[in-house]
Amino acid sequence: MSLVEFKNVTKAFGKLVVLKNIDLSVEKGEILFVVGPSGSGKSTLLRCINALESITTGDLLIEGVNISDPKTNIEEIRREAGMVFQQFNLFPHMNALENVSYGLRRARKVTKSEAQIDALALLDKVGLKDRAEHYPDQLSGGQKQRVAIARALAVKPDLMLFDEPTSALDPELRYEVLKVMQDLANEGMTMVVVTHEMAFARKVGSRLIFMDDGKIVEDGDPETLMANPPNERFSAFLSNIL
Amino acid sequence: MNFDVNIIWESIPSLLEGAKLTLFITGFGLAGGILLGALAGTARAFGGWWLNKLAFVYIELIRGTPIVVQVMFIYFALPLATDIRVDALSAAVVSITINSGAYIAEIVRGALISIDKGMTEAGKALGVSKVYIFFDIIMPLAFRRMIPPLGNQCIVSLKDTSLFIVIGVAELTRQGQEIMASNFRALEIWSAVAIIYLIITCSMAVSLRMIEKRMKVL
Repeated sequence: MSLVEFKNVTKAFGKLVVLKNIDLSVEKGEILFVVGPSGSGKSTLLRCINALESITTGDLLIEGVNISDPKTNIEEIRREAGMVFQQFNLFPHMNALENVSYGLRRARKVTKSEAQIDALALLDKVGLKDRAEHYPDQLSGGQKQRVAIARALAVKPDLMLFDEPTSALDPELRYEVLKVMQDLANEGMTMVVVTHEMAFARKVGSRLIFMDDGKIVEDGDPETLMANPPNERFSAFLSNIL
Repeated sequence: MNFDVNIIWESIPSLLEGAKLTLFITGFGLAGGILLGALAGTARAFGGWWLNKLAFVYIELIRGTPIVVQVMFIYFALPLATDIRVDALSAAVVSITINSGAYIAEIVRGALISIDKGMTEAGKALGVSKVYIFFDIIMPLAFRRMIPPLGNQCIVSLKDTSLFIVIGVAELTRQGQEIMASNFRALEIWSAVAIIYLIITCSMAVSLRMIEKRMKVL
């Protein structure tokens, strides 16, 4: 069973169709990079997976469960798909430790002390154990995003979704976030990453899709696709971005 | 006309009685108003169609009419239209509640919708329920933004209680009026009344500034 399965999915915002007849499966352990020009629908695709956007037509299955089925518990689906946002979206009134333990306490109903032990271990994993008591406004962009990754990991998702995780960061801070992502990939975490970091996609990705105008135009091995862009649109995109 | 300080000293006890009543009306009225405003404001921001419209009608009705008309309506018109008869003090407290509630609802609504959508999304993405997201994330963040306008409304409501002179509640302004009617020392009495109001509003402003300092806006 695929972890994520889009079957002829369409998503429209009013008259604007942003996803057109998408068919896509993500298997366990895959590191899928989603690239494409802005407005191509890549973020929407990602946001549909944990139901931050609802699909218009078609079927979307997460671990075999149809997300549009009224009987489906959306909160349960979301716990299986951790999300990392471009703007971090840390809770500003909670310190790093509280941010990371929040999901455990509220979504997994773990007691406060147990949640804190887990949260501290996760902060350690992203290299921020010594920043546990810091509030988001006392952290650098790269540190904030690492806390955000730890927060998403805390509810023990089967899959991690990254929505342009380094786009709001200074170039020199990107590395520390990418390092954490690479570690996750090495551990076998299934990841769907929307990004413009082509070199990183090439190095870490097990699969790359290129989207344009709401459709998946290319789908394959990152190395092969980037070495020999199979169509003009993709090669134009690559030459614009690199 | 000479200014006789002794007149003020003589009138202080009854003016303080009035001030006590003013604080009583303001305190209970605002407690109700904050509760009502929180409910109506939340209904406006996140309620369904019916709750939203209901809150909208309430807010527009109250903001669109003067508070003097509202209290006169409650005290004089309501007993004629229905069997509800209220004493002047209750009418005063209820008037402050429904009046401040409408303005506070707008303060609450504004603060709630000003919170970045990303906060709600981050909560949702963790699989946390809407109720927890509202009480753990949206409310604490919104509350910090409500403090300055809320403080403003507290001071406005306090001063609005002086209008209850029209239904004969013995609050501060009414007390001043009555002393004045017996000794005609307008200068001394109204100066004293003004100073008492100032002392109360300044203490409110100072305590609000202290709360603001302790809770920084995020």
